[in-house]
Amino acid sequence: MAKIIYIEHNGTRHEVEVKNGLSVMEGAVKNNIPGIDGDCGGACACATCHVYVDDAWRDKVAAPEDLETSMLEFAESVEESSRLSCQIVVSDALDGLTVRMPESQH
Amino acid sequence: MVENTVPPEARIVILGAGHAGGSAVAFLRQYGFAGPITLIGDEPHAPYQRPPLSKAWLKGEADANSLLLKPAAFYVEQNIDLRLSVGAKAIDRAAKTVTLSDGNVVDYDVLVIATGARARRLPIPGADLYGVLELRNAADAEKLKTAIGPGKRLAVVGGGYVGLEVAASGRALGAASVVIEREARVLARVACPALSGFFQDYHQAQGVEFELNAGVEAFVGDEGKITGVRLSDGRVIACDAAVVGVGAIPNDEIAGAAGLALDGGIVVDENARTSDPAIFAIGDVTRRPLPLYNRMHRLESVPNALEQAKLVASAITGRKAPAPEVPWFWSDQYDLKLQIAGIPFDADRIVIRGKVEAAKFAVFHLKGSQLVAVEAVNAPPEFMAGKMLIGNGKPVDADKLANDAVSMKEVAA
Ligand SMILES: Cc1cc2nc3c(=O)[nH]c(=O)nc-3n(C[C@H](O)[C@H](O)[C@H](O)COP(=O)(O)OP(=O)(O)OC[C@H]3O[C@@H](n4cnc5c(N)ncnc54)[C@H](O)[C@@H]3O)c2cc1C
Ligand code: FES
Repeated sequence: MAKIIYIEHNGTRHEVEVKNGLSVMEGAVKNNIPGIDGDCGGACACATCHVYVDDAWRDKVAAPEDLETSMLEFAESVEESSRLSCQIVVSDALDGLTVRMPESQH
Repeated sequence: MVENTVPPEARIVILGAGHAGGSAVAFLRQYGFAGPITLIGDEPHAPYQRPPLSKAWLKGEADANSLLLKPAAFYVEQNIDLRLSVGAKAIDRAAKTVTLSDGNVVDYDVLVIATGARARRLPIPGADLYGVLELRNAADAEKLKTAIGPGKRLAVVGGGYVGLEVAASGRALGAASVVIEREARVLARVACPALSGFFQDYHQAQGVEFELNAGVEAFVGDEGKITGVRLSDGRVIACDAAVVGVGAIPNDEIAGAAGLALDGGIVVDENARTSDPAIFAIGDVTRRPLPLYNRMHRLESVPNALEQAKLVASAITGRKAPAPEVPWFWSDQYDLKLQIAGIPFDADRIVIRGKVEAAKFAVFHLKGSQLVAVEAVNAPPEFMAGKMLIGNGKPVDADKLANDAVSMKEVAA
């Protein structure tokens, strides 16, 4: 279990407990948090789960694999801290993880 | 029509608790609609994702809970009247009511039809033998899972995406798989010959057998259970189970009976509204405009279900409609990630980029200098950039596209 903090583009903050082993995308979708769609259900095929990982957490989150990097290359409004949240697996070590959402996922 | 025509206390009734209906409920609440919502589904499950049924779930890599779009508690917390295991039987548009299979009658102010599609059956002898299966829902998937395993032989009738995924999952579970296809190549309806050839070769290398140009005449059996598939040339392909994957038929009968305009699916406009302004329709059941291609079409994909779910939720809450999306689709087989964007309507040439032998390539479909579709195998940049180019309609330099030394960034610039 880890507390994950999702911040919508308009600043709205959501704090939810997400079970270990679920992805950060699943945590958002299961809690109906706006701004993370997750169209492909986590297959790393859609990039509609794009988030910015808070600076304080960038080192604690496992590095992206090639597939994710190449999907992100063409996502909208990509920044250094961009990740696909379906590829970040929640564990105790991520308790307090904060991610922000881009303006749009398309 | 995007102005808010729906009062906040309007009663919204959604028929079909699948990917589209379930998503519409979630978007309605996300967009701030606080009024009464009734979601009616004839399956015993809360809305769930179907794509894993032929992939991760079938291989035992996902459980029933992880398939759910939202946890069961969601519907209670969000005050959704979720009625399961009950079908909608008739719509009375004058009275604005829906009659259910349990005899109840529900009133609506706004109705959303999201009844999806069902598997097309083969009207041939033996179709009701035990072991003749289809794959559309969780119940079908349960049956299929018990029918395949080590030492079993699975016949897949129809070489479309779902059929090929099932054949691949069958191999992963230790079953022999044979794909029987009427056309001369697999994916004949949906992919170009280069891609069909690649997929067939890849599956063959994994031990899947193919019977192409093969008409299926009957399922043959013993004591009520299937033992084989008889082809029109008289041969019988032995099997322990057969999955029929020959396309889907929209569940549009109750809409038709209520007098809504149909044309191989419920006809809707760009806001997902039907010919009755109080009734929307979304997902596989609709024939919808594709603004990019200037025509009507029926799509069967999750992104389409989600896009239309957003359209109704926007229309109902008076939000600006989201920009039209490029239709897209994905499929996972073995270690192959297939991503398709666009539809190759009127394409006049094909450009292949990357290496087919290395299972890392993309097939681009051009109409003049315009990109209309891309089929990408293990090639996410090609898919993502291609999707963008299809959407923005910029002319594409075919020589650069064919040259994988030129990055997709540069091609798309
Ligand atoms: C095995 C499989 C694999 C797939 N893989 C992919 C993939 O990889 N990528 C992709 O994009 N798409 C895939 N799809 C397609 C995708 O699942 C569908 O496009 C999507 O589910 C459509 O959503 P829908 O809500 O329109 O229909 P559905 O999800 O089918 O939901 C319709 C629901 O309505 C119910 N219903 C029907 N009639 C009534 C009635 N009269 N009263 C009450 N309820 C009713 C049905 O039982 C069903 O529960 C796959 C589909 C299948 C079957
Ligand atoms: S959910 Fe599709 S890429 Fe993350």
